[in-house]
Amino acid sequence: MATGAQTWTEEFVEAAGSRLQMVKGGSGDPLLILHDEMGHHGVLSYQEALAQDYSVYIPSHPGFGETERLDWIMNMRDLAGWYLEAIDDLGLQQINLVGFSLGGWLASEMAAMCPDMFKKLVLVSPAGIKPPAGDIFDMFLVVARDFITAGFHDPENTPEFLEVCPEEPSPELTEAWEVAREEACRLSWRPYMYYPGLPNILHRLKRVPTQIVWGRDDNIVPVSASQVFQESIAGSRVSVLENCGHYPAIEKTDEFLRVVKGFLSS
Amino acid sequence: MFIGYFTERPYQDPTSGYFGATGKPIMDLNVSNDIYNPEIGAALYNRYLDEKIYAEEMGFDGLMLNEHHSTPFCMGGAMNVEASILARITKRAKIVLLGNIIPIWDDPLWLVEQLSMIDLISHGRLVSGWVRGTGRESVAHNVEPHYNWERFKEAHELIVKAWTTPGPFRWEGKHYQYRHVNPWVKPYQKPHPPIWLPGVVSRDSLIWAAEQRIPYIMLATEMEPTKQAFQLYHDTAAELGYQSGPQNIGYLWKVHVDETEELAEEAGRKYVQGPSNPFLAGNEGTVNPALLNLPGLTSRRRVLPTQAVATRARGGNAGPAGALGRPYEQQIENYTIISGTPDSVIPKIRHVLETVRPGSIFFWDGDGAMTHDDAMRSLRLMGQEVIPAVREMAKELELPGPFEMDPATSKPYAGNAPVITQTAGAQADD
Repeated sequence: MATGAQTWTEEFVEAAGSRLQMVKGGSGDPLLILHDEMGHHGVLSYQEALAQDYSVYIPSHPGFGETERLDWIMNMRDLAGWYLEAIDDLGLQQINLVGFSLGGWLASEMAAMCPDMFKKLVLVSPAGIKPPAGDIFDMFLVVARDFITAGFHDPENTPEFLEVCPEEPSPELTEAWEVAREEACRLSWRPYMYYPGLPNILHRLKRVPTQIVWGRDDNIVPVSASQVFQESIAGSRVSVLENCGHYPAIEKTDEFLRVVKGFLSS
Repeated sequence: MFIGYFTERPYQDPTSGYFGATGKPIMDLNVSNDIYNPEIGAALYNRYLDEKIYAEEMGFDGLMLNEHHSTPFCMGGAMNVEASILARITKRAKIVLLGNIIPIWDDPLWLVEQLSMIDLISHGRLVSGWVRGTGRESVAHNVEPHYNWERFKEAHELIVKAWTTPGPFRWEGKHYQYRHVNPWVKPYQKPHPPIWLPGVVSRDSLIWAAEQRIPYIMLATEMEPTKQAFQLYHDTAAELGYQSGPQNIGYLWKVHVDETEELAEEAGRKYVQGPSNPFLAGNEGTVNPALLNLPGLTSRRRVLPTQAVATRARGGNAGPAGALGRPYEQQIENYTIISGTPDSVIPKIRHVLETVRPGSIFFWDGDGAMTHDDAMRSLRLMGQEVIPAVREMAKELELPGPFEMDPATSKPYAGNAPVITQTAGAQADD
């Protein structure tokens, strides 16, 4: 867990022709966090902990948060292409890339397109591959709060659950969720949250050390997909956390940090 | 005045527990078709067609159909099939489709062909409405809700072009691409069947209708916000440099007529007892808040005064169970349901016409838990007493319909007038 609060800034940076909303904190080698389908949840303790060792960058993808939507982006690969130019413009190099769920799918696309740009890759419960067993939970057939709740194995005993999913969300948070849902919909309505060619594309990631993290009890993206990720990325390793849902960084923060920090520093 | 007849064709199975029928809590999308009974389905499809034939005999100008998917409240999942049958078995009335859900068609060229065939078989009686559909439609046919409005507009352009422009031509749009558009069927009406737009929610859609100078039909809304929405149409028309009038707007609401006030109340209450549309007033089922809230389906900000409810449903909380559930008494009070004998119904219809001033009206009847007998009694009395009285009223109130006055010009049709054969009401021998 975090031992001391880092200083975080939030600003808009010019990148790839857009004003990108960026939360930044910590110091050290760059670590880029790609948020999930519900957007950036606010700075949480796992991010505080990572910021002790890294310069943590948390952008809001185009169409999420307050970053303007780009109409030409019609799928995840378009978004990945845009992001590579954005990273060029940010001047980041040798990046540790950490993607969550939809952000994990995005990270894997980006890294496969341009492996030399990234030092290490962490995929946390990534979407993007059709699970061999079970279906990806359909976020569009439930309201936002029910979707997030379904992603936790044990929300009642997760200290930060109510921070990301308050019982009475503020109008601002409600709006942010709606904005996120709409962009997630644009990126992944059909096929829902995967692309059939992704496993083959991922072969190129054998050049990037990759850590895959999953919750055993993930109700959103079934853990069965972790095998396909591992088989597709030569040399990758998988850590499956027990009694854990779709949000290992929030629900099992200590174990998550042990795995991820260990991998990044090895 | 153009007078149409509508029922949403509910799947009525008293044993099913759908929505209000038994009070069992059932949420939209959670209803399995496991219990679908083909005997009931067969009987109901034929019943609803028979009622349409009788509605024509009773003097209705239009027989309206609509379409929804994967739900018991509307059996018209393939509305054009019903319309095709009506094209052959009716003789005079317009077949008013309100409407085809064009954004959910991945291949709208098929629609070009189907609708042309209906127009030909009916000798030019098709009114071809478009709708954007509810969330349920996008989910059922798995079409991107966020492109609903873009696809709507592009499909409309493609269909009109295919109806009016000699082929072959090529179409390279954002959402539709064709290498060879040359349908071997053309509509009977020239330049093409009238296109109308029904709606409730979207400000964009209403303004689009005003831009296209086509009639906008408000579906089962309360009078005051309906008036406000129609004013927005008229204001938009004025900005665009033309004068819109009653011929540009239509209003659909629940009207049932019966032999006695007792029968009328008994039948009227059935509007809210069967599997009626959970998106509309008085239903006792539960709206699925996620369906009201499908991302990007309609603008979250540009909503009409008629649909404040949709915005209330948004967000993370449990949603609007019962938010639409205005009780029967309240609907009677605010005229969204009118049920009574001809003597009590006619002045109430007059009040609605005076308030809303539509050129087209649709009586929504025979719905919910109403039986065939309920529907037929009402149709007979409408034909004998109500329709003739409403026609007189419309003349007095100067409410021309879209076949009397051209919605695009606000003038009577010159030259290429649409064909309409009107009867005053039920034929003397009925």
